[in-house]
Amino acid sequence: MPEIKNTSRKIVKLMQGNEACTIGALAAGLDFYAGYPITPSTEIAEICAEELPKVGGRFIQMEDEIGSIAAIIGASLTGRKTMTATSGPGFSLMQELIGYAALCEIPIVIVNVMRVGPSTGMPTSTAQGDVMQARWGTHGDHPIIALAPGNVRECFDLTLRAFDLAEKYRVPVIVLTDEVIGHMREKVELPEPRSIHPLKRKAPSSRAGYKPYAADPEGGVPLMAPFGEGYRWHVTGLYHDESGFPTQKPAVADTLIRRLQKKVDLNVDDICEYASESLDDCEVAVVSFGSSAMSALSAVRRARTEGIKAGFLRLKTLWPFPEKVVASLGSHAKRVIVAEMNLGQVALEVERIIGTTSGGRSKVERLGKVNGELFHPEEVFNAIRGNT
Amino acid sequence: MRVEFRLSGSGGQGLLLAGIVLAEAAIREGKNAVQTQSYGPEARGGSSKAEVVISESDIDYPKATDPDFLLALTQEAYSTYGPLMGKGLIIIDSSVETDPDIRARTVCLPILETAATKVGKKVVANIVALGVLGGLSGVASAATLADAVRERVPKGTEELNVKALEAGLALAASSK
Repeated sequence: MPEIKNTSRKIVKLMQGNEACTIGALAAGLDFYAGYPITPSTEIAEICAEELPKVGGRFIQMEDEIGSIAAIIGASLTGRKTMTATSGPGFSLMQELIGYAALCEIPIVIVNVMRVGPSTGMPTSTAQGDVMQARWGTHGDHPIIALAPGNVRECFDLTLRAFDLAEKYRVPVIVLTDEVIGHMREKVELPEPRSIHPLKRKAPSSRAGYKPYAADPEGGVPLMAPFGEGYRWHVTGLYHDESGFPTQKPAVADTLIRRLQKKVDLNVDDICEYASESLDDCEVAVVSFGSSAMSALSAVRRARTEGIKAGFLRLKTLWPFPEKVVASLGSHAKRVIVAEMNLGQVALEVERIIGTTSGGRSKVERLGKVNGELFHPEEVFNAIRGNT
Repeated sequence: MRVEFRLSGSGGQGLLLAGIVLAEAAIREGKNAVQTQSYGPEARGGSSKAEVVISESDIDYPKATDPDFLLALTQEAYSTYGPLMGKGLIIIDSSVETDPDIRARTVCLPILETAATKVGKKVVANIVALGVLGGLSGVASAATLADAVRERVPKGTEELNVKALEAGLALAASSK
């Protein structure tokens, strides 16, 4: 493990995705981790257990994933930067409290290194089947942000960014990687630690008249007072008014849930990121994310060398869904192929967007893979060529 | 140029570590390298596979598609991955029986035996195999491979592993 603090030297290293994820979290100021180990995410817990005590942080191995997410929610309320990491079965157990964090506006980061599901599935094999669960796994309308790193360096970048987004909007942020990205090792050059400036949580300036759930005029996100510094406020999973105390009043309830949703809806351009190649003149576009996108890019590059006008779009943000860039594909691509290791979860969104914006000029094709293996570039290439 | 390696055998043989060290050595020589793995839920005894892709340029797809080198330390690994080989070279342990239907060029080397008798510890067969792969592929110099071994093996076992590496390099030289 490289030392990441107090150095101006760049780090060039053979690094694993899970390791890069953890170093990104530490660079963001992670100082509290609670988790329950599960393949293929376990390296994150192992490295946190080793590194956090060195920087004055805390690591707790909890009794299960419900305890883990409860612990990081509690720690976040005291001003800590908190994270847990898991995979499908653990992510399922965390759903109830993801909703609690969303409603109570408690910043947390959850890394889900996806494996084949449902249930215990194939623990050591890769999948991308938790896309919709990340969005809708907990009950009720709620804001959520989910990011999908596409290589080891991005595991660092997007975990760091996950903390900033969690603090800025006070929403739970999910980093969705998968077994291939999490376990893959590649040459990585990390930015100089001194060039990293993680976002600080905006705190209130006065205890007098503090309303924990009153939207700050600047940005619309309430200011969060850390427990233990003399502020008194009430945190509940019941609908609440600006004081934090429960309410059943329809008007207050309506205002609350719409305000929560708007924190994300009004900031889609700030949150959404993507990478692309050869989109401008493409006739066939391939949309993908995470490890599938590596196969897709390889296939698109090959198609170009064979004279096929193929383009590549990789979504780095899955939720909120990057609608604008997907809609732009419909203006020139006759075919849009969605390559993902599930049976069409991102495709559902792409179909909705292309269907409503392209006026029938563009057709969406699903390319799903669910056998635990990463796409071979040939499979994506054959889809581009049109002989699946 | 893209060079692809597939290291296969059974869980617990340390092939993942051998793959990591190979990738580490390539990076030390300024190349790009990606290492991936696949394994079953068993801690040891199941089938295990590590892949390393080394290139001077960007690597978009991280897995081996048409390996230049297949290492197979068990009969099962040889019969699973041998038939998939095209242009590349198969390296098998002497304990593995060759199959006339597997047409790719094949060299048979006493990797497990060299670890057990010449180096003196069965568990370093993975690093003997690494020496063989490094020597036959030339993706990194002997000195760089030794540095990478020292960096990645458990503390206190460095010299034993470097000895294993040298035995592997000698096996490679003898088979050329």
